[in-house]
Amino acid sequence: MARMTMIEAIRDAMDVKMGMDEDVVVFGEDVGYFGGVFRCTQGLQEKYGRHRCFDAPINESAIVGAGIGMATYGKRPCIEIQFADYVLPAYDQIVSEAARIRHRSNGQFTAPIVIRMPTGGGIFGGQTHSQSPEAIFTHVSGLKTLIPSNPYDAKGMLIAAIEDDDPVIFLEPKRLYNGPFDGHHENAVTSWAKHEKGEVPEGHYTVPIGKANVVETGMDVTILAYGTMVYVAQAAARENNIDAEIIDLRSLLPLDLDTIVNSVQKTGRCVVLHEATLTSGFGAELTALVQQHCFKHLEAPVLRVAGWDTPYPHAQEWHYFPGPKRVGKALKRVVEAQ
Amino acid sequence: MSDDKMPEATGPLSISIPEPPTRPGDAPDFSYIEVPKAGAVDCPPVDTKPEDMRDLAYSIVRVLSRKGEAVGPWAEFLGDDLNDESLLRGLKDMMKTRVFDARMLTAQRQGKTSFYTQCLGEEAIATGFQRMMRKGDMNFPTYRQQGLLIADGCSMFDMICQIYSNEKDNLDGHQLPCLYSFKDHGFFSISGNLGTQFVQAVGWAMGSAISGDDKISAAWIGDGSTAETDFHSGMLFASVYQPPVVLNIVNNQWAISSFNGLAGGRNAPFAARAHGYGFPSLRVDGNDYLAVLAASKWATERARRNLGPTLIEWVTYRVAAHSTSDDPSAYRPKEESDAWPLGDPLERLKLHLIKKGAWSEERHTQAMAEIESEVIAVQKEAEKYGTLNRGKGPDPEKMFEGVYKEMPDHLVRQRLEFEA
Ligand SMILES: Cc1ncc(C[n+]2csc(CCOP(=O)(O)OP(=O)(O)O)c2C)c(N)n1
Ligand SMILES: [Mg+2]
Repeated sequence: MARMTMIEAIRDAMDVKMGMDEDVVVFGEDVGYFGGVFRCTQGLQEKYGRHRCFDAPINESAIVGAGIGMATYGKRPCIEIQFADYVLPAYDQIVSEAARIRHRSNGQFTAPIVIRMPTGGGIFGGQTHSQSPEAIFTHVSGLKTLIPSNPYDAKGMLIAAIEDDDPVIFLEPKRLYNGPFDGHHENAVTSWAKHEKGEVPEGHYTVPIGKANVVETGMDVTILAYGTMVYVAQAAARENNIDAEIIDLRSLLPLDLDTIVNSVQKTGRCVVLHEATLTSGFGAELTALVQQHCFKHLEAPVLRVAGWDTPYPHAQEWHYFPGPKRVGKALKRVVEAQ
Repeated sequence: MSDDKMPEATGPLSISIPEPPTRPGDAPDFSYIEVPKAGAVDCPPVDTKPEDMRDLAYSIVRVLSRKGEAVGPWAEFLGDDLNDESLLRGLKDMMKTRVFDARMLTAQRQGKTSFYTQCLGEEAIATGFQRMMRKGDMNFPTYRQQGLLIADGCSMFDMICQIYSNEKDNLDGHQLPCLYSFKDHGFFSISGNLGTQFVQAVGWAMGSAISGDDKISAAWIGDGSTAETDFHSGMLFASVYQPPVVLNIVNNQWAISSFNGLAGGRNAPFAARAHGYGFPSLRVDGNDYLAVLAASKWATERARRNLGPTLIEWVTYRVAAHSTSDDPSAYRPKEESDAWPLGDPLERLKLHLIKKGAWSEERHTQAMAEIESEVIAVQKEAEKYGTLNRGKGPDPEKMFEGVYKEMPDHLVRQRLEFEA
C-alpha cells in the first residue's frame, strides 16, 4: 500500500475514475495545466488530455451550471471550486437546479455531479478562505454532503461520490491536506506518512456514503465530529483523561443515525463539534436527533462546541477556532454533570 | 425538418480549450497584442455617441513614444494637467508604490504578515487614475490597487498596520492583509470574493445620482474576474441607468495560472464588451502614465458631466506573482515580463521627464534613496505595534465587534463564554 497525503489521495481517486470511465471530466479554476492551487488535479490533464481535465473561467455559477448541463447529457463532472468560500455564486445552480432536477422531472433528468471544495480555517485565510459551509448544503433536499478526515477515506469517498447518481458536495478540510491537525497550531503537524490512515490502497475501492466511522471507542461520552474536528476531539479527550467515544461522521447527509444512537445510548452523554458558526449549524440537527432518539439515556444536556457566530477573523484566527481547550471544557462539563 | 433536407453529418463535434501561446521553457510570445504607435489613436469629444467611437475599443491609446516624447491628441487633451510638477508627483507615487510593495513582500517572507499582493509593473494605472478622482468620490478596488491609496496620500503607517494585523490595524484584525478599507480616501472595503464590488460601484453611483449629488464612483476588476457574473451585472445596470461610474478592467494578461483567453479576452478585447451594452469604452496602454492620466480624465469627465458610464481596459502585465502564495514559473515563461511590449511604467515616465529636462538620473537615484528611507522609517514605526508573528495584536474580543451595530444577546453570551 502507498502512503499518501490527502491531496494525493484525492488526486488518485480522480485518476482511478478517469481511467475507468470516459465520462468523468474534471474542471475548475486553475485545475488544468497548473493542477489546482492545492495541486489536487496535478498531472491529470497531461494524462487524460485537455478535454478531460481543463481550466474554467472564474465564474462559479457557470462552472456548476455547465457541470449540471454536462451531467444531464450523461457526463460525470467532478468539479473543483477553488475555496468553499467561493461556492456562493453557484448556490442557485446547486440548490434550485442540481438538487431538484431529478424530483421535478420525475427522473427524466438527473445531475450526477461532484462539487469538491477545500473548507475550514487554520491557514490565516481570513473570512474568505476559511469558512465551513456544510449546513447550507445539508439543509437542501436532493444533495449529499460528505467530508472526509483522512487520505484513506478521502479516496474511497470521492470514488463513491463520483459513482453516485445524485449530486454530491465534497468538502475537503484543507488543514488536513498534509497531516492530521489537532488544533494545536503552535506545534508542527505530523505528516500523513506517519499515520495509519495515510495508507491508501492502489486502484479502485469505495468508502460507502452514509457510514460513520467510530474512531475511538469509549464509555464516558460520545463526541460527534467531522473533518478537522475529529483530531481536535482526540486531543481534547486525551489531554483531559476522558474516555470518549469519538465518531467521525464522514457523511453528513445521508447520516448514519444508527451509529450515533447506539453510541449515545451506551455513554449517556454527547458533545457535538464543528468549526462552522454555531447558530443553525449542522450541530443543531445532530443535537435534535440525539435528544429525540436517546432522551431516556441522556444524563447531561448535549453540548455543542463550534465557531463563534462572527465572520472568520484574520488576526484572531486561533481565538476563533474551536480548539482542544474549548472542547476539553465542554467535555468536562458534560462528563461531570450529575 | 424533414429527412431529405437534413444536412449531412459532419463528423464528431469538439470544444475549444484555450491555451496561452507559451508555457515554461518556451520563448515568450506577445504577437497577439498589436501595439499602435503612440499618438495614433483619436481623442473624440467626451460627448461623442458611443456608436461613433467603437474603434477605441480595438486599438490602444498611447501617449509616450519609444523616445519618451508625449505625442498625439490624448496628450493635447490633457492640457493643463500635463505639467512637470504633476508628472514628477506621478513618478514619485509610482516609486513609492514599488518600494512599499518590495518591503511588504520581504515582510511576508519574514512572517510579519500572512499574505501580500504586489502590483509590480501595474503602478501607473491606480496612481494615475486617482489623480482624476476628487474628495468624496469612491473607488471600489481590488487587492491590486494600493496605488490609489498611495496617490491619495493615505498614511503608509495605517496601511502597514493593516498588513501586519497589529494592535493599530484600523480593521482590528478582521480582514485579510491588503484587503484595506479607507473610507476617508474614497477607498471602499475590499472583498475577497472576486467581482462582487463591480456592480456595487454601479449602485453607489446610482445612489449619488438619485440624490442629485456630484460624486462619481469607479469600479475595478481584473481580466480574469470579468468572467464573474457580477461583472456582467454591473455592465447591464450601467447601461440601463447610465450612472456616473468609470468601469476599470485591469488586463494584466493573467489571473492566477490562467491567461486572459480563459476570460474570453483573446476573442475580442475586453473593452469591446461595452459596445454590446451601448456605452463607450477605451483601451489604454496601462504602462504609460500619461495615457492613464488622459483616459482617466476623459472617463471621469464623462461621469461628472452626466454622460454616463465608460469602460476602460487597461492593458498591462502582472510582473509579480499573483500573490505570496503563488509561483508563476510553474505556468508561464520566466522571461515573459522582460518581453512585455509595453515596457515598465516607471522607466517610461522617468525617461520622459529626463528628456524634458525636468529630471535626471542623479535626482532619480537620490529620490529613490529618500523614498526607501521614508518607507523603512514608517515600517519601523508600525512594527513598534507588532506584526502578525510578534506582539499582542488586536484585542481578541474585537472579533465579536462589528458583526452588528448592536451586539445581539447570543453574541454577548458567546463573548462572555470566550472571556471565561
Ligand atoms: C469568487 C472567487 N473565486 C475565486 C477566487 C480565487 N482567486 C483570487 S484572485 C484570482 C485570480 C484573479 O485574477 P484577475 O481577475 O485577473 O486579477 P489579478 O489578480 O490579475 O489582478 C482567483 C481565481 C476568489 N477570490 N473569489
Ligand atoms: Mg489579471
